[in-house]
Amino acid sequence: MHITGHLVASGPGFVPPSTTDFKLPSIIGQSDYTTKPVALVFFSVILISVFFILASRKAAVVPGKLQFAGESIYGFVRKDLAQEIIGSGFLSYVPFLFTLFVFVLVNNLFGIVPFIQFPTMSHVSFPYVLAIFTFVIFHAIGIKKQGLIKYLKAIAFLPGVPKFAYILLTPIEIATYFLIRPVTLSLRLFANMFAGHLLLLVFIGGGNYMLHDTHLFMKILSPFSFGFGIVMTFFEFMVQCLQAYIITLLSALFIAGALVDEH
Amino acid sequence: MRIHLEATTTNPLIPNVAEIVVGLIAFSLLYIVLRSRVVPMFEKAFAARTAAIEGGIAKAESAQREAQAALQAYNEQLSDARGEAQAIREEARVQGAAILDDLRGKAQEEAARITAAAHASIEAERQLAISSLRHEVGTLATELASKIVGEALEDQVRQSGIVDRFLSDLEQSKK
Repeated sequence: MHITGHLVASGPGFVPPSTTDFKLPSIIGQSDYTTKPVALVFFSVILISVFFILASRKAAVVPGKLQFAGESIYGFVRKDLAQEIIGSGFLSYVPFLFTLFVFVLVNNLFGIVPFIQFPTMSHVSFPYVLAIFTFVIFHAIGIKKQGLIKYLKAIAFLPGVPKFAYILLTPIEIATYFLIRPVTLSLRLFANMFAGHLLLLVFIGGGNYMLHDTHLFMKILSPFSFGFGIVMTFFEFMVQCLQAYIITLLSALFIAGALVDEH
Repeated sequence: MRIHLEATTTNPLIPNVAEIVVGLIAFSLLYIVLRSRVVPMFEKAFAARTAAIEGGIAKAESAQREAQAALQAYNEQLSDARGEAQAIREEARVQGAAILDDLRGKAQEEAARITAAAHASIEAERQLAISSLRHEVGTLATELASKIVGEALEDQVRQSGIVDRFLSDLEQSKK
């Protein structure tokens, strides 16, 4: 903080957005449990619960507008993700995949919702949590289906591969299942949201800086920066939806992989 | 400047314990709500819709089956009626032919009978005429001869059958 002050004091230069911009102060007191992202996460839980309880309450054969909207999202996860990828017995995993999708989608969209404008998933802890859930679930499925020893053996020693290839393959396979999968799952989501938010900060912050600059030239150019900020907002909307889809898709793929005997 | 900035930046990859706890609680909470309240209701609606659609299809199928059966029955009846009409027509034709044959036979018989009767009658007439003629001619000739020759000859002629012989000769020469 005091360095930022030092930079401002040292000259009238533009202060680029940095990782410190993601460190938001507590809303109430000094606790880590009263920060904006924490509030947003709980808000998203309430928002999603209320919306879907209202949408599914009637369970009518001919749906109303609200039920249709809710069903469309649920049906998308159920059919295009769970059923397509997992196949038979997919129904048990629909609640998890559905929760994952809507939770990530809403928290991502917070990034461009006016007055909220903060993607919760740009705080790496939340993607880590989601990766932990997926990690535990898909390993639990595999262990339950094949037994611990057989499951670990199937991961470490790919069937149908010449013996000497295990020198190379076994470390790769173990790393894939226990490290690369959860880490990439969480970091992909985190990095997209983090970078997207940073991008919006650059263009909107830059536009604001140029507008308040003493030079007329800078003032004239500032709407372009704002305009690009708006374009990037639309782009972010796409990325936010896509990332919610991707994390659900990959989780479904991991579950499907654990369900089949030979991978 | 770069060193200063690095000193102030926080590593964004280091998780925050509070946020991990909050994330676990929030996600679990949402999972429980959606699993217990939302998913069963949507599944219920889907199942009801599937049942409604399948019921509609089954109903349409049964209606189609019924229509098919009715059409088949109708066609069968029609073909039966056609066959029956054909049989009746055939029978009528056969009967007609039999009647015609019968009538023709009868007519021929009748004609033959009439012809035979006519022949018989003609023959009888002829015989009658012949015998009458023979008698009359004989009488006339005898009378004539009597008148010419006299009565004495009468008995002799009668006895010897001269007249009959004469007539027979006459017939013979005519042939």
